[in-house]
Amino acid sequence: MIGLASVWLLIANGRIAGVSGILHGLFAEPPGDRLWRAWFVAGLIAAGFTWHAFAGSAPIRQGFGLGWVALAGLLVGFGTRMSGGCTSGHGVCGLGRLSLRSLVAVALFMAAGMAATFVARHVLGLPS
Amino acid sequence: MIGYAAAFGAGLLFGIGLWISGMATPRKVLDFLDVTGSWDPSLALVMAGAVSVTLSAFGPILKRRTPLYAGDFVVSLKKRIDAPLVVGAALFGIGWGIGGYCPGPALTALSNMSAEAFVFVGAMIAGGLAHRLAFD
Repeated sequence: MIGLASVWLLIANGRIAGVSGILHGLFAEPPGDRLWRAWFVAGLIAAGFTWHAFAGSAPIRQGFGLGWVALAGLLVGFGTRMSGGCTSGHGVCGLGRLSLRSLVAVALFMAAGMAATFVARHVLGLPS
Repeated sequence: MIGYAAAFGAGLLFGIGLWISGMATPRKVLDFLDVTGSWDPSLALVMAGAVSVTLSAFGPILKRRTPLYAGDFVVSLKKRIDAPLVVGAALFGIGWGIGGYCPGPALTALSNMSAEAFVFVGAMIAGGLAHRLAFD
């Protein structure tokens, strides 16, 4: 479904379904280029409410400090803007276009993610 | 108009895919990244499945002259492996590995109405704007 949605956005709107790029552009692009981004993000959020209506609400993580959440969010926002993509833009779409840049990015963020999870869970002992 | 409906539909389908696959559950994502602990490799199959779809369809689509409801395709033409790509991907990975959220799952997780989803999305937007202030 994630792949199909990406194919759909490309053939209909001519855009890469890279969520970080769509989100950052919502705050940076000229107003004329914002509305389709807002609709895509609205669809993403509506998907959550739709899912909860059928599958029940998701369990909320307990005891995970909001300071860590904020740090993680800042790194994700800054890093995706700097490298031009995230799991969807570089991962699902970039690999689909056989982009070498995306392949490098995916290898790096996977490795960095594994390292950070190791430190967070097994060195710092954060709950999750 | 129809383009906006198409964008909404794509976001909806994308988000449902995130929930079905478990990507929208940070614990599941961290289990995937936790290769030395309780490793759960199943999300690799999700990624492989999604990439197999884009890999087979993107080529033919990009051979069209225009998309259905917009003037042009907008696709990155960058080729060079440069420092921003490398450093940015590493920073993103560190944030992903701490919180268990990447951008798509974080946005659709706003529907949980949980404090952490709102804090994460707010910080993510702030991080993007910080990069803009620093480098643009």
